[in-house]
Amino acid sequence: MTATRTAAKRKSDPAPQGDAALNLEMLRSMLLQRRFEERCAEAYALGKIGGFCHLYIGQEAVSTGTMSMLRPDDYVITTYRDHGPALARGMTPRSVMAELFGRQDGCSRGKGGSMHLFDANTNFLGGHGIVGGHVPLAAGVGFAIKYRGGDQVMVCFMGESVVNTGAFHEALNMAGLWKLPCVFIIENNRYGMGTALERASAIHDIYERGAAYNMPRNQCDGQDVFAVRQAVGEAVERARKEQVPTLLEIRTYRFMGHSMSDAVSGTYRPKSELEEQMKRDPITLLRTHMQEAGQLTDEQLQKLDEELKAVVQDAWDFAEASPELPVEALYEDVYADTTT
Amino acid sequence: MPVITYRDALGAAIREEMQRDDRVFLMGEEVAVYQGAYKVSKGFLQEFGEMRVVDTPITELGFAGVGVGAAMVGLRPVIEFMTWNFALLALDQVVNAAAKMLYMSGGQFKIPIVFRGPNGAALQLSAQHSQAWESWLAHIPGLKVIAPGTPYDAKGLLKSAIRDDNPVCVLEGEMLYNTKGEVPDEEYLIPLGKADLKRQGEHCSIITHGKMVLVAMQAADQLAKEGINIDVVDLRTIRPMDVEAIGESVKKTNRAVVLEEGWEICGVGAQVVDFIQRDCFDYLDAPVIRVHQADTPMPYAKGLEKAAKPDLPKAIAAVRKVMYLD
Repeated sequence: MTATRTAAKRKSDPAPQGDAALNLEMLRSMLLQRRFEERCAEAYALGKIGGFCHLYIGQEAVSTGTMSMLRPDDYVITTYRDHGPALARGMTPRSVMAELFGRQDGCSRGKGGSMHLFDANTNFLGGHGIVGGHVPLAAGVGFAIKYRGGDQVMVCFMGESVVNTGAFHEALNMAGLWKLPCVFIIENNRYGMGTALERASAIHDIYERGAAYNMPRNQCDGQDVFAVRQAVGEAVERARKEQVPTLLEIRTYRFMGHSMSDAVSGTYRPKSELEEQMKRDPITLLRTHMQEAGQLTDEQLQKLDEELKAVVQDAWDFAEASPELPVEALYEDVYADTTT
Repeated sequence: MPVITYRDALGAAIREEMQRDDRVFLMGEEVAVYQGAYKVSKGFLQEFGEMRVVDTPITELGFAGVGVGAAMVGLRPVIEFMTWNFALLALDQVVNAAAKMLYMSGGQFKIPIVFRGPNGAALQLSAQHSQAWESWLAHIPGLKVIAPGTPYDAKGLLKSAIRDDNPVCVLEGEMLYNTKGEVPDEEYLIPLGKADLKRQGEHCSIITHGKMVLVAMQAADQLAKEGINIDVVDLRTIRPMDVEAIGESVKKTNRAVVLEEGWEICGVGAQVVDFIQRDCFDYLDAPVIRVHQADTPMPYAKGLEKAAKPDLPKAIAAVRKVMYLD
């Protein structure tokens, strides 16, 4: 299952434009997310996945580029749009798919579902379902790192609509005040459900909100994985070496609907806008770069794609074979046994 | 045995646990430089330093979440709310993050955190500062809720709360901080989930918790003069509730008054009465009566405030009613 171990496991390489091996690893990571979620949509239609399900398709360069700059002992936390970041961080497609299917071998033992993927092994501190609610948690992890005198970094992903919540403001104020080793990444995909950023925020260059928290801030293109690596790399370095947090706005675009229940385009965004944005598919951009640089042949690409489709099929088969939860599991993990 | 205040008992509990375990820290508004809004953390900053005694901005939602995040990765925060009234702003973190993290992560991330502060009404603080929140908190699976009524219980329960691997909400009382009681020098713990029979009597049970324990004890003293002996059951922990202790008492006395600070509708007392009707239906000689705050926001005017609050005359009247003495 080498395909499931992505850039997160690799020692970070400071050069934004990686060598052929790193680029291939990133392409693998991004393509895995894409192929995985295409099958999620299928499984949802078949009723194998229930509840809310928010796809990450179109934003894969943000997760992969970010994770490629992190150490295994760094921490990651994100929103309910968490399949992509979870896979990019190195969680196995099997454990994620089993969770989506609500089975015993799911990463959260079938208790969390699509919105609540957790994995202590990769320091993946969850997908969280209340917009803005996880940002103070990230500040708390940053506090704990500082409390222990560690040099880890806390990376917190959020959608752009989070910047209008009180939790965001409160958390970033404390992170700026206390100099916590956090990188706050706004994945600006332009729409909070169906409400465009311009209809929700008084300022439109939302990274500028960092000024209110005395926080270094930056903006970058989220479809270009190298731009993501460059910007995240600087922020991670600043957090690790200087214990200074950063607010980073990464401009991306969601190619699918907000969740499975709404149309890909329609009332809130025209089809023409979607088509225009899809011309900058992050996977196509990386692939083209690699092909032009002589780092990838058509056969290699085809082979990689087939390999990843097989990995996802394996995850699907694994999830389907994983046992349903026994009813006794209902009452497990409500409380921890206290032994201290 | 030394006699100390409820305030100092709480402070001693936190201090001892901070000395014992360097993962424990105290965070909240005015806990450090100001030495605590109610002086529970007097001297802490000097003893433990600013990394472990942390003043926050006025940002309840934010610092409650900071505590939960720190707990996710192995620290054991004690988060002080200046009052539980302000904690309403932080409820998303208490309910959606702290209480559910273990469950929705399939058992991977426990949240060993204490949220504490004064609860309920003091004197003439009016509507927004005079509320008892225990029924709100106790409603949530994943939380534990304690409400100590004496210095001895405050110290022993808070120490257990800090050592517990689950989120524990500690409901203190502004009017309790200056009350005094015997607290031994040697270390002790009181397990969560165990009620305490504060006084034995065979005629009627008063089931209560927190600040109202004092009222129940006063009522028992007065009624004893008339030859009425009260069994005072101090729940101490609201969740998990000691159902056995309730049943044992009511099966003995066959009559019960449930006394609490909060409002009537969906209150803690409603739950106690439900346990009684389930376990003691055939033992009851009279309907259970509840004593609680009037079903209004708390008024400022002295006379109206008195009318709104549960107090000694109301508790005594309730006992007399279930005893069919009036």
